[in-house]
Amino acid sequence: MSAVPIEPSPELSARALIFAALGDETRLALVARLSGGTPLSISRLTEGSALTRQAITKHLRVLESAGVVRSARAGRESQFEFRPDAFNELRSYLDHVSAQWDDALARLKSFVER
Amino acid sequence: MSDRIEKCIELSATVSRVWRALTDHREFGEWFRVTVDGPFVPGRTVRGHILHPGYEHLTWEATIEKMEPERLFSFRWHPYAIDPNVDYSTEPMTRVEFRLEPKAHGGTILYLMESGFDAIPQHRRFEAFRMNDRGWTEQMKNIARHVGSAD
Repeated sequence: MSAVPIEPSPELSARALIFAALGDETRLALVARLSGGTPLSISRLTEGSALTRQAITKHLRVLESAGVVRSARAGRESQFEFRPDAFNELRSYLDHVSAQWDDALARLKSFVER
Repeated sequence: MSDRIEKCIELSATVSRVWRALTDHREFGEWFRVTVDGPFVPGRTVRGHILHPGYEHLTWEATIEKMEPERLFSFRWHPYAIDPNVDYSTEPMTRVEFRLEPKAHGGTILYLMESGFDAIPQHRRFEAFRMNDRGWTEQMKNIARHVGSAD
């Protein structure tokens, strides 16, 4: 039972990509900037950063391949835009399980304190 | 983005009392609202029924991992396995861990952590999404806090 084989599936690899994409401070900061909803160019996203334009572009491509952001040409430059759908449902699932634990722990509290 | 749930609660009961409520299978069943078919022993898989009204037809199963008296209790299970038509045994499990810390005046601080959600299939989470749609705003605040600036 404890050694359940994990079958590879498209869903699992998609999710692994999202977690890997977010498991980096620079990329998390880029997501936070783009989450305002306004598409931003690579130049804008590089402003104020210690990283080079090439480095920022590389991070954006990682986020793009995980589906967390998407890019579109705007004139001569690519603009990047946030795509919340990719992990809205993951957050909601955790919220649900979290609420169940709140209930269970409240029951434990009244159980041991009575 | 986190793949875990963490909680902390202060209990006005001694660590021995809380330890018993967590690890005595009858006491656990009482507050967790499940039946349990036998004692918790590391390595053993326990089974039973869920006692929540409306969910009584569902079975419940957990594999006990660690039991370090009055300090640490952990098991693995299939979280939120509520659909009797789905064979959850082929899906990845999450790990639940309780940590106990004694507090002054005979109280206990209990830390709960459930981890491993990144491996849970997407359709299961989508099901929960429809039931509990909180949207993106809240999560964004979390990320902003995490990185220190939302800019």
